[in-house]
Amino acid sequence: MSQFAINVLFVGGSFAIYIGIAIWAKAGSTRDFYVAGGGVHPITNGMAIGADWMSAASFISMAGIIASAGYGASTFLMGWTGGYVLLALLLAPYLRKFGKFTVPEFIGDRFYSKSARMVAVICLIVASLTYVIGQMAGAGVAFSRFLEVDATTGLIIAAIVVFFYSVLGGMKGITYTQVAQYIVLIVAYTIPAVFISLELTDNPIPPLGLFSDHSASGEPLLAKLNEVVTALGFNEYTAMVDNKLNMVLFTLSLMIGTAGLPHVIMRFFTVPKVADARWSAGWALVFIGLLYLTAPAVASMARLNLVTTIYPDMAAQVENYEDAAANPIAYADRPDWIRTWEETGLISFDDKNDDGRIQLYNDAADFSDRGWQGNELEVSNDILVLANPEIANLPGWVVGLIAAGGLAAALSTAAGLLLAISSAISHDLIKGAINPKITEKGELRAARISMSVAIVVATYLGVNPPGFAAQVVALAFGIAAASLFPALMMGIFSKRINNKGAIAGMLSGLIFTLVYIFVYKGWFFIPDTNNLPDTEANWVLGISPLSIGAVGAILNFAVAYMVSSVTEEPPQEIQDLVESVRYPKGAGVAIDH
Amino acid sequence: MADDKSKAAAYWKANLRLITGCLIVWALVSYGCAILLRPLLAGIPVGGTDLGFWFAQQGSILAFIGLIFFYAWKMNRLDKKFGLGE
Repeated sequence: MSQFAINVLFVGGSFAIYIGIAIWAKAGSTRDFYVAGGGVHPITNGMAIGADWMSAASFISMAGIIASAGYGASTFLMGWTGGYVLLALLLAPYLRKFGKFTVPEFIGDRFYSKSARMVAVICLIVASLTYVIGQMAGAGVAFSRFLEVDATTGLIIAAIVVFFYSVLGGMKGITYTQVAQYIVLIVAYTIPAVFISLELTDNPIPPLGLFSDHSASGEPLLAKLNEVVTALGFNEYTAMVDNKLNMVLFTLSLMIGTAGLPHVIMRFFTVPKVADARWSAGWALVFIGLLYLTAPAVASMARLNLVTTIYPDMAAQVENYEDAAANPIAYADRPDWIRTWEETGLISFDDKNDDGRIQLYNDAADFSDRGWQGNELEVSNDILVLANPEIANLPGWVVGLIAAGGLAAALSTAAGLLLAISSAISHDLIKGAINPKITEKGELRAARISMSVAIVVATYLGVNPPGFAAQVVALAFGIAAASLFPALMMGIFSKRINNKGAIAGMLSGLIFTLVYIFVYKGWFFIPDTNNLPDTEANWVLGISPLSIGAVGAILNFAVAYMVSSVTEEPPQEIQDLVESVRYPKGAGVAIDH
Repeated sequence: MADDKSKAAAYWKANLRLITGCLIVWALVSYGCAILLRPLLAGIPVGGTDLGFWFAQQGSILAFIGLIFFYAWKMNRLDKKFGLGE
């Protein structure tokens, strides 16, 4: 069977499973549509959260970023997992006890203010829409590489599949497809990693392999990697970063942002009890951890594999790295996987010194004494995971599995985001503000229509990505960290924060964060409208626009506290509401009233 | 009623103490051991590199998982002790 046929079989098979689940789990009520009926087991929910959370960025891009940045990219590993501690301790159990359908609904009720609810709706839609475009684009890449269709056709196929199971099944359909998608993506991610770990370190468990000895050289893997990359002028893989303040704030922004993203919080509304919300956060992190513990191993091993493919003399024990680096492979002898990926443009070669050999090294270093006139091989971070099975010479079915896994990661996250957007529109905007008298049937129809519109918009933006698509991390996490997380946390842990304080806090956190991002990245991400170049020398106190969400969050807390303390106390019934949210007793299933 | 109220207040206080403790550990493993205190831990070798690197790419994630289960387990006991569970 050809590789193409295998890929079609794996991707088509996984899609058939998702559609089968959707038909089985059709939503009959708004409760089914928004919270899957409220009876999801915590382990099931944990798995669904895992798929919901792990996006195309986690599956396709993260290991590549770690491979090129080494220790510095640990920010993503800690930031995207540490947020679950905040969720489990500070938000999820209390929001579950509150027992409503959406995040803006809690903010609106707790701060007895429609304006607060609308601010939350806008934050939610901007953050989720930015995020969903990235997923659609990721799905497009997977389609064009593995199914030999162009990205647009691939996107439309993906959109139809998502449309089918999310519009039909709502949260109920999405929950059970996400469980299936989790299994597909984790199997696809770990199988190649196990084989590569065995090959390089004789240890079948990749996270252990990372800290084991490299079999070919007998040295510890990371020590070997450090020697190999420094011989080519790169920084040591494990080198400490200089700007510790920025690393701390970036990690903090990702953690707070993770905890404040509505599509993740919503998943906690689906479990029967408050205690289940706590357990499902733990299970979610176990399932997420399986991938996040494997990723750094994949990263370092793929980096080592890449370098030793180009410089075979570096593969085993090396007496003199200077000599080993003098002998890169000839371009004509490059392995097949480089040829395949050259066709996608994600690997490119430019023979700058016309010697027919591939020089791969840090362009900032000067190796003119070796006759090198610049780095000749550009490798996109995004290919490492997708090319992994080919680099390790694994059989064709593993390649098919990776294709299905990448699509599962992108589609499961897209579905969760689309549900968050559609419920904000049908429940918070239409039922909450425009037409409160809408019937349940009418609301369910509105939810399905807004979901369909959201899919069409996301697909259009996926095909024609706007400037802000590449800024998912800055924009979505910045907004969630600076506006939503502090409002939710203060709503639970303080009885004193009133409507004025909350709105002032959310707006100041949001505006401050957006302005800081726009100053460096361009106003509304329009190229060349930035006021200052986006380089470390220009950042205030060395804080990058990616890390500013944490500062925005602190500002939000401070403003909300100050404004509340000079204005009146919240009314008694609101203080009673806060009180009731704090104790698990008497939590019904998520209700609509 | 007054008894219920003081019981609820005690429950909330115990919860806040538990949260504070867990968040101290949370910050210590990530911002502490993995970033700010890494130079201090540089002398402790782990698989070809140092303990700080291990915390940054593995240890903190394991600690986060442990923390959430620990908190969920402790809270279940608190819910029962104060009779505020479901």
